[in-house]
Amino acid sequence: MATVAAVIASTHHPFYYRASTSAGPDRPPFADEWVAKIEAFRQTLTRAEPDVLVMVGSDHFHQLWLDNMPQFLIGKAPFFDANWYNEEREFGLPRMRLAGDEDLAAYLLREGLDAGFDLAFSNELRIDHSVTCPIITLRPQADLPIVPVYTNIFAPPMPQPKRFVQLGRALRQMVEAWPVDKRVAIIGTGHLSLELGGPRQFGEHGPDPEFDRKAVSWIANGDIDACLAEVTLDSLHTPGNATHGFMDFMLMMGAAGDGVKADYVDSLDLFHTMEAYFTWYPA
Amino acid sequence: MSKYLVDKFLYTVDRDPELVERYREDPAGTVAWWQQHLAGTLLNCHQAEQTTWLSFTPQEHRALVEHDHVRLFELGAHPFLTLTLFIAMFERDHGPLEYQLAYARAMDHLHLPYPDIAT
Repeated sequence: MATVAAVIASTHHPFYYRASTSAGPDRPPFADEWVAKIEAFRQTLTRAEPDVLVMVGSDHFHQLWLDNMPQFLIGKAPFFDANWYNEEREFGLPRMRLAGDEDLAAYLLREGLDAGFDLAFSNELRIDHSVTCPIITLRPQADLPIVPVYTNIFAPPMPQPKRFVQLGRALRQMVEAWPVDKRVAIIGTGHLSLELGGPRQFGEHGPDPEFDRKAVSWIANGDIDACLAEVTLDSLHTPGNATHGFMDFMLMMGAAGDGVKADYVDSLDLFHTMEAYFTWYPA
Repeated sequence: MSKYLVDKFLYTVDRDPELVERYREDPAGTVAWWQQHLAGTLLNCHQAEQTTWLSFTPQEHRALVEHDHVRLFELGAHPFLTLTLFIAMFERDHGPLEYQLAYARAMDHLHLPYPDIAT
């Protein structure tokens, strides 16, 4: 059987690549601290010695569009080209190509469908920064095959928060039952409070530091009940108009397990949004 | 209202470097051209398969022609699409973060609940 070597949840900040690779006057004052935190976070994945990465993220209107919008989608392909022209333009992200694990993707699709998740699939998926940012931060050599799992946190109507938690639990159970002797890390990225294109964007902190404090506590303590009691599709508008990305953190809480405290917790208060990093090592 | 068509405009322009420049330099001409050539194009389908019923309201048309990101927000355009495209067009004319902050300040009169972006 496969081993879940690590469960990792993180923000995906598209400006990290540029901040960490810039020098001289272009290098932002917070870059050194940010790089140090990311390098420490990276060690938590390296220590887990994974063979394959399940990568939970969300397409930002790149390949998935309103004429044909899946709620949950798994990429099943031998390779995934990555990053898009507008991500190169705005964030300076590089073009990438990642290998895919088609066997695990096919297995998750079959088992997920049979478990009651009507998963969509794609055999030609160009992935975006929700997946490549954690590759850049956690596995910059980009040498491991991935299985992308896309969620809709972007285009209403979206699934309920509890559905994200349920899918996270199911992903964990399915990976643990995969009859292949490999070490799998389940990595997912989302947002804490975030505003994009509204009056609260690009402030000195995230738009709702109080929500961020609560969210970090929920995640760090695996407090799914408290989180689900407070977070609804409607309530997520209040901390910032792009905060529905927090539901990908809720998915990862489901994967980590009810009441399971994270083994590694770190955060960084940046302009615009707070960064947060969590790792669990299942026994 | 055709929030979907406004979003389709923002989406198809933002992903095409040439259209980004055309929309920056000639918004009225680009919107007119787009209505004629792309509004009815069903993405990933042969040109013969045209959507026949999509059109902008006068308010939507005016907001696009006037590069009015505040009005687009008020009309329920997806704010990520608007922001990404407008940064691509206008950040270059400003210092670091200057444009993004001015973009936000122009919306200071807006409060929760924000306009519905569901399509």
